[in-house]
Amino acid sequence: MPRNDDPSDLIKRVRRGDHAAASRALSLVVDEDDASEILAKDFFKSAGRAQKIGVCGPPGAGKSTLTGRLIGHYRKRKLQVGVLAVDPSSSISGGAFLGDRLRIMEHATDPGVFIRSLASRGMIGGLTHTIFGAIHVLEALGCDKIIVETVGTGQDEVEIASVADTVVYVTTPAMGDEIQAMKAGAMEIGDVFVVNKADLAGKDKAVADLRAALGLGHSAGQAPRAWEPPIAATSALSGEGIAELARELDGHWEHLQNSGEGRARLKKQHATELQFWIQRRVVRTALDRVTDTILEEMVAHKSDPASMGRRLLK
Amino acid sequence: MNSKPLRVLIAKPGLDGHDRGAKVIVRALRDAGFEVIYTGIRQTPDMIAAAALQEDVDAVGLSLLSGAHLTLFPEVVKTLRKKGLKDMLVFGGGIIPDEDAAKLRKAGVDRVFGPGTPLQAIVDYLNEKLRVAA
Repeated sequence: MPRNDDPSDLIKRVRRGDHAAASRALSLVVDEDDASEILAKDFFKSAGRAQKIGVCGPPGAGKSTLTGRLIGHYRKRKLQVGVLAVDPSSSISGGAFLGDRLRIMEHATDPGVFIRSLASRGMIGGLTHTIFGAIHVLEALGCDKIIVETVGTGQDEVEIASVADTVVYVTTPAMGDEIQAMKAGAMEIGDVFVVNKADLAGKDKAVADLRAALGLGHSAGQAPRAWEPPIAATSALSGEGIAELARELDGHWEHLQNSGEGRARLKKQHATELQFWIQRRVVRTALDRVTDTILEEMVAHKSDPASMGRRLLK
Repeated sequence: MNSKPLRVLIAKPGLDGHDRGAKVIVRALRDAGFEVIYTGIRQTPDMIAAAALQEDVDAVGLSLLSGAHLTLFPEVVKTLRKKGLKDMLVFGGGIIPDEDAAKLRKAGVDRVFGPGTPLQAIVDYLNEKLRVAA
């Protein structure tokens, strides 16, 4: 579509709460358009105003349906909600099927809800490189709660911990015993744990396994933590347990505000955002310099990847 | 270089639940390098237009097999326009007689694809329509 993308006009409209402007701004940001830097500079002023809730867990655990339920809960409290739902890009075609929105369509026409599907575009770890920029657009739009739903990669999606304020790890009764819960990775970064599909058999055991695994740290002599991750049992299908989950999320947000932890996390987020920016900029600049002549030189063994890499990075 | 992926919303307005066709299109577009958002079945024109706006898609594809296309497709086009998406490319598919396709075209549905359309034809159509404009 031909578009009117005047940055200062977009900024004004986003700050007035205009969804169409936010949508265009998001495109410029995730496409890493030249104009996005002007936008980002302004939107960053709102960084930290909303609670960023990261929802992670294995595929099929019910993250999207749970997100839909949380939206409903927050809307009853008149809060503005933004959702960024990340799904994987194909490494073969570059295309993506963004299917999370389908589970939250009931909120499609609510003016207090803004939902955007994002493709991972080559990033592994459950997110996308431009996630911070996208979050800042929603912060500037006036969202109170921003839910970031990761690709369901399961055990290893720890990046979300340096993006979100509150990490919700979603599992189900059918996801394995406590040995699964003892593994390193996503289990270590949860601030709130959810046993979803609590309508299925095995809920109590799943909660107990999770509690046992989380408690092992104490017997290993670790110092008690300022925040002990609670476990909520929910059924996203029936809505059971959603109010309790929301209470735990509020509790964690309060804990962040009232301790030094909130500031520490924000700093870590900014450090990660800076790291993403530098990586993108440096890597892309170097890769843009790769020519066929260079590749020919390597085929002829006149150069090697490391030497060539150094030259390109200069 | 850096040609950004095109984004397409595939939507099913109306009451029929036959979405195999829509899913086949979704899959074909994904494999052709598009970022595809699927709304699921039984969507109102308002829901479809809101999704198109928030997702900032380049085109909206409508699939319908119930026979209500003459009512619902133009309604979606109208709702999109009302939301300010004046140049949004809208195309459709389903069991749609030729004489209806002509009427839909007049109502702003750029192209209607009938049963048996090769998937590549839809991919080519979108690339041609959208890459030229960019």
